[in-house]
Amino acid sequence: MDELDFLGNTLLQLLSGVPLTIELTVGSVAIGAVLALLLTLLRAGSRIGALFVSAFVFVFRGTPLLLQIFLIYYGLGQFAAIRASVFWPFLREPWCCAILSLALNTAAYESEILRGGFASVPAGAIEAGRACGMSRLLLLRRIILPLAIRQALPAYGNELIAMVKATSLASLITLMEVTGIAYAIISQTYRAIEVFLCAGIIYLALNFALTRGVAAMEAWLGPSVRRA
Amino acid sequence: MTEPVIVASGLHKRFGANEVLRGVSLTAQQGEVVAIIGASGSGKSTLLRCIPLLEVPDEGEIVIGGEALAMVERRGRRVPADARQLGRMRSTLGFVFQSFNLWPHRTVLGNVIEAPVHVQGRPRAECVAEAEALLAKVGLADKRDAWPAELSGGQQQRAAIARALAMRPRALLFDEPTSALDPELVGEVLQVIHALADEGRTMLIVTHEMGFAAEVASRAIFLDAGVIAEEGPSRQIFAAPETERCRAFVRRHMERHGRR
Repeated sequence: MDELDFLGNTLLQLLSGVPLTIELTVGSVAIGAVLALLLTLLRAGSRIGALFVSAFVFVFRGTPLLLQIFLIYYGLGQFAAIRASVFWPFLREPWCCAILSLALNTAAYESEILRGGFASVPAGAIEAGRACGMSRLLLLRRIILPLAIRQALPAYGNELIAMVKATSLASLITLMEVTGIAYAIISQTYRAIEVFLCAGIIYLALNFALTRGVAAMEAWLGPSVRRA
Repeated sequence: MTEPVIVASGLHKRFGANEVLRGVSLTAQQGEVVAIIGASGSGKSTLLRCIPLLEVPDEGEIVIGGEALAMVERRGRRVPADARQLGRMRSTLGFVFQSFNLWPHRTVLGNVIEAPVHVQGRPRAECVAEAEALLAKVGLADKRDAWPAELSGGQQQRAAIARALAMRPRALLFDEPTSALDPELVGEVLQVIHALADEGRTMLIVTHEMGFAAEVASRAIFLDAGVIAEEGPSRQIFAAPETERCRAFVRRHMERHGRR
């Protein structure tokens, strides 16, 4: 009975970290998506832009996320210029540093996903839109974006799931999200297996909901292009 | 005399070193069905695609319903000068592609009402009612909620024709509408086009189906290496061509058609 009580209590305590986990995910994914769209446009814009974007993607995809978080949280404060800048009130907050590094990291992956989505839009669908008199904006809104997003969605879903799990790294810069709380409980109780299992269940539940959401959106956007 | 629906004059089009059109002019009067024939690479698809500026000709003029399409030279390339005019003019022409080009993320009905609702800004209910009538006309009334991927090639092409008609176009342009179809599906599409010709619609048809072209067209144009080698009433072009090249081409294609 004690065992069940402990598990129940642990789960309840861990649940109090869920809002922060969701905050970190939603914040970084939202900023990351905007950055990714900008990166994709920049890549298409000019040769120098494309070079910059490849370098960005290379660095942020090629180094561990934990390293990026540490560099931003511990590293930036070493520069006097940054400590003196208007950004310092934000950059000394672990919450801001976590979201910034998660967003930069996911932007690198998402820009690649988006590029694949745009490349998959059939030329004929675009031409049919032009032929019936669509403006550039209408073509983008009604034909290109829905098709690109629909095609990118499965890969994007993967990235979202990876981001939910990546937020656990924020615990290493003092944030008390689900994993951070789990560490704290373990250091008091030394019951690592039970606590981490409970944490695992919470991540599973979050990702289950996420997966269903992505599947619903896929259905809403219509069948995939490949079937056409 | 009334204004011709389409006038193209002196069209030249180069792709790199390859000059595909070398001074082609063409006129389509109201209610006329013009067949454009010629060997692969003779420029007939390029000619058709120049009319709604899907390809911008390097030289030459295009006038639709009395209004010239504005083009301008920019960085050594000729481009449409006025996006609004271009959009408006394109929405008065129905273009039917060789490979159908239906929008895979919209149902058949969604494909048909897309341009009337979003380009022409007509009321949705009116467009849906008209689309249903058009789908019935091309024999797809029961497919209104199907996805393009669920249709056969012939059905997709008929849906694409309904989509073109939904804009109430002044003229229909067909770019080899049956070339991507299995032989047994060609008939159903030709039948629909034939019915449209009988309604007196203005049409330009690029095709390899000589028998069909002879039957449906009032006039024919034979393109050879980027120039019009012969043109005239279709009974002349298909029954008694004046030039040797045209005679050989038509004979070869009629034979192939007969054997099938």
